[in-house]
Amino acid sequence: MSRAADPSRVLARDPASVARAISMVEDRRPEAEAAAIELLRALAGSGRGASCQRVGVTGPPGVGKSTLASALIRSWRAGGRSVGVLAVDPSSPHSGGALLGDRARIELDPDDRDVFVRSMASGGQLGGLARAAGAVVEVLSAAFDVVLIETVGVGQSETDIEHVADSVLFVVQPASGDVLQFIKAGIVEIPDVVAVNKADLGAVALRAVAELQGALRLGAEARGLHQPPVLSTSASTGAGVEALRSALDAHFAALVQGGQLPAVRLAKSAAWATRLFAQRYGERGIEARGGVRAVRGALEIELARGATLFEALDGVAAQR
Amino acid sequence: MAGKDPPWIMRTYSGHSTPKASNLLYRENLARGQTGLSVAFDLPTQTGYDADHPLARGEVGRTGVPVGHLDDLAELFAGIDLGRMNTSMTINATAAWLLALYVAVAEGQGVPAKALRGTTQNDIVKEYLSRGTYVFPPGPSLRLTVDTILFTVEHAPEWNPINISSYHLQEAGATPAQEVAYSLATAIAVLDEVRARGVNGEAFATVFGRLSFFVNAGMRFVEEMCKLRAFGELWDRIGKERYGVADPKLRRFRYGVQVNSLGLTEAQPENNLVRIALEMLGVTLSKGARARAIQLPAWNEALGLPRPWDQQLSLRTQQLLAYETDLLEYGDLFDGSPVVAAKTREIGEAAWAEVERVLERGGAMSAVESGYVKERLVASGARRVAAIESGEQVVVGVNRFTETAESPLMAGGAADAILRVDPAAEREQIERLAAFRRERDPSGVARALDALRAAAQGRENLVPVSIAAARAKVTTGEWAGALREVFGEYRAPTGVAGARVPELSGGFAPLRERVAELERKIGRRPKLLVGKPGLDGHSNGAEQIALFARDAGFEVVYEGIRLTPRELARTAADESVHVVGLSILSGAHVELTRDFITELAAREVKIPVVVGGIIPEADRGTLRALGVAAVYTPKDFQIARILTELCEIVERSAP
Repeated sequence: MSRAADPSRVLARDPASVARAISMVEDRRPEAEAAAIELLRALAGSGRGASCQRVGVTGPPGVGKSTLASALIRSWRAGGRSVGVLAVDPSSPHSGGALLGDRARIELDPDDRDVFVRSMASGGQLGGLARAAGAVVEVLSAAFDVVLIETVGVGQSETDIEHVADSVLFVVQPASGDVLQFIKAGIVEIPDVVAVNKADLGAVALRAVAELQGALRLGAEARGLHQPPVLSTSASTGAGVEALRSALDAHFAALVQGGQLPAVRLAKSAAWATRLFAQRYGERGIEARGGVRAVRGALEIELARGATLFEALDGVAAQR
Repeated sequence: MAGKDPPWIMRTYSGHSTPKASNLLYRENLARGQTGLSVAFDLPTQTGYDADHPLARGEVGRTGVPVGHLDDLAELFAGIDLGRMNTSMTINATAAWLLALYVAVAEGQGVPAKALRGTTQNDIVKEYLSRGTYVFPPGPSLRLTVDTILFTVEHAPEWNPINISSYHLQEAGATPAQEVAYSLATAIAVLDEVRARGVNGEAFATVFGRLSFFVNAGMRFVEEMCKLRAFGELWDRIGKERYGVADPKLRRFRYGVQVNSLGLTEAQPENNLVRIALEMLGVTLSKGARARAIQLPAWNEALGLPRPWDQQLSLRTQQLLAYETDLLEYGDLFDGSPVVAAKTREIGEAAWAEVERVLERGGAMSAVESGYVKERLVASGARRVAAIESGEQVVVGVNRFTETAESPLMAGGAADAILRVDPAAEREQIERLAAFRRERDPSGVARALDALRAAAQGRENLVPVSIAAARAKVTTGEWAGALREVFGEYRAPTGVAGARVPELSGGFAPLRERVAELERKIGRRPKLLVGKPGLDGHSNGAEQIALFARDAGFEVVYEGIRLTPRELARTAADESVHVVGLSILSGAHVELTRDFITELAAREVKIPVVVGGIIPEADRGTLRALGVAAVYTPKDFQIARILTELCEIVERSAP
């Protein structure tokens, strides 16, 4: 753990090096930051992360996200693509501890070095993703063709996940009140693809698909956005999984072919950096630098210059 | 008084090493006055693996006898007339197979199936919840259970095809009301399935009458007695109201019992003999709720495997109560007691309310799959652990009255006070299996397995094809392997993530501070992997450690049971955990820990490892020599102290 990870071995997907690299960027000690920045720089310098497809999976507890994620992983692996997974579980608000149990639901061939699963606690009181999540995604992106980030959709995590993923998959199950919750929560603008899992429930599943399509159409029209596809899947039988994987791949391919990917990622990184900035320096820190918009602009400039996340935060903090 | 009631069937749960060694043990036990047999199988047999399977390593003959094929079971019962014996088999996922072997062996003895008496435990729900020897998903598992029931009702009418077990629910933490509720919910799931298979009227009533239960009895023996009275009342009501069983005889609540092993202590182990005797009172005092069969654990079970003399002492305890006291000369002593009636009503009402909650969730199978029942049990278990830790629940010799004189029973050291399984037994069993395979007709085996697979894909009862497979010399691993191909395998919910545990009392504040301090020092929250390597499915201890570590502020990775050392090493490495805790109760701790440490080294990571389980004193040194940082046994009930030590271990090994 103490040894620094060798970036070339991370790029070569050496599991021990990937694990060590993640621990380095998770390390909260001030004296550890320099090494983390150096590592992230070296990984960014390889340019490998640019072609990595980052997929966020979220949704309420118990809808079968992990089983569905597991099926998607198998599908990508069958197509010869390597997959890195970041499984995020909530931290206990009382103790700050966490039970990380999601990897149990992801079936792995213990000898397949082209799949790597890392669990992480959400940390903090905000729900959502831990401070280091963005950096961990950067590490995984340098090593794997696909990075899958899985969170339990409670509180902040639905919105956080879009900052670190190129595509967000929202998973619901029919007849559970999820659909209504989803509409009420006003998060219809976040998902790029929606899956109604447990499609084996038949007619109820079809109704849920129709309801969701209606809600998403209204949301999309109001904002002049593209309406996300709604697919029905059954993680237990595997039905619909290939179509879902294609829809996710197509969403990413469109970003790449349209040339928007770099700009989209920059904007997302800036939004994520702004959240970290607020966490670190508080409302006052933001006000002192001219408000959220100004901070985000400054961070975006730093990131556009090739600064790593941590450097951008330090850089903008130093601008007084 | 017209005379004495006949005593219950007296058994001892036993079996180890090889069929031959176990056969000798059984014959000795019968000669000492035991009136039935209770077969303990090893974990490979219970989970459907042959002795030479990688997952069976270190486990063959460990927790029970290995039965890999027809010849093994024939040898186990050599010289024992199955037409006259009453045999209880603790077997679940592979129950249909062991029943098939039993029928085939009896046939070899010239005994027809209709003369067989005994029990297959055959309750998969509590395997998902507590005991962990499940194999197939809930749907196919329920089918196998019902196939067994329908087969025996027709062909072996004296057999108890299922022994619905609340025993292991109590070990997992269940309160008396939960124990009653989840067992009854399991029975309802099974009976509903029987009805769905088209069994009605008198045939259904017969099935109802064949269902029996296997319960636990703890130290609160008055409450336990009332629990059993409540159990009987609710069972009668379910028979009458839900299923319309008219004959009251068929609605009688029939149960066997093993008194509580979990409460037996490693400290001052001789006290356990008294505990066992007192616990037996709860299931014998009330004639109206008396056990049909009793098996008692031995005083030294928390130390390791009991020796023949230890088992004899437990048998004598039963015999003293049945033959020397006047208990069996009276009618029910408690009918008409307002105290007993009130307690019985309280437990019955609470249990029924919980049955209804389970039914609202779609019944026992759905409530297991969703994790609901498991979460309730884990939460109850956490309350019990906390009560012992705080001293609110007294455990003599453990959290009170700990000063003790030297015990002469332990004069030779703890290593001398238990039975050691000969490590050569595993090799011997593997060689025996190889010889068995060499001498059979491979084409007959292939045909039998094809027939089994075809039957599994269809709807035919699987017991007759299994009996044919037994005769054709199919092995346990081949039988289960064929069904795994058709049915798939299952991982049950761990229940820890969703368990709502009340905040623990003050004891945790200093520990949380300690964890926070450690986080500042090492840069990340201490991350602990709780691992259950091998076939042992007793996960209650691992789950409690995981929960309490989370409450102390650790990040805890826990993936459930039955993982190979290699899978766990991969998890430890990929997750960059700071410390690994392995929990192994089967006795295979040395082999599994050695394999795990070797796998870890192969991944070029150095992570401290601690081991918990039923670990004899003599193995402590062996484990330490392998590099294990600490060893915990049932004596270590103070979770706060264990977690503080884990902090120290992490700190020492951190850069």
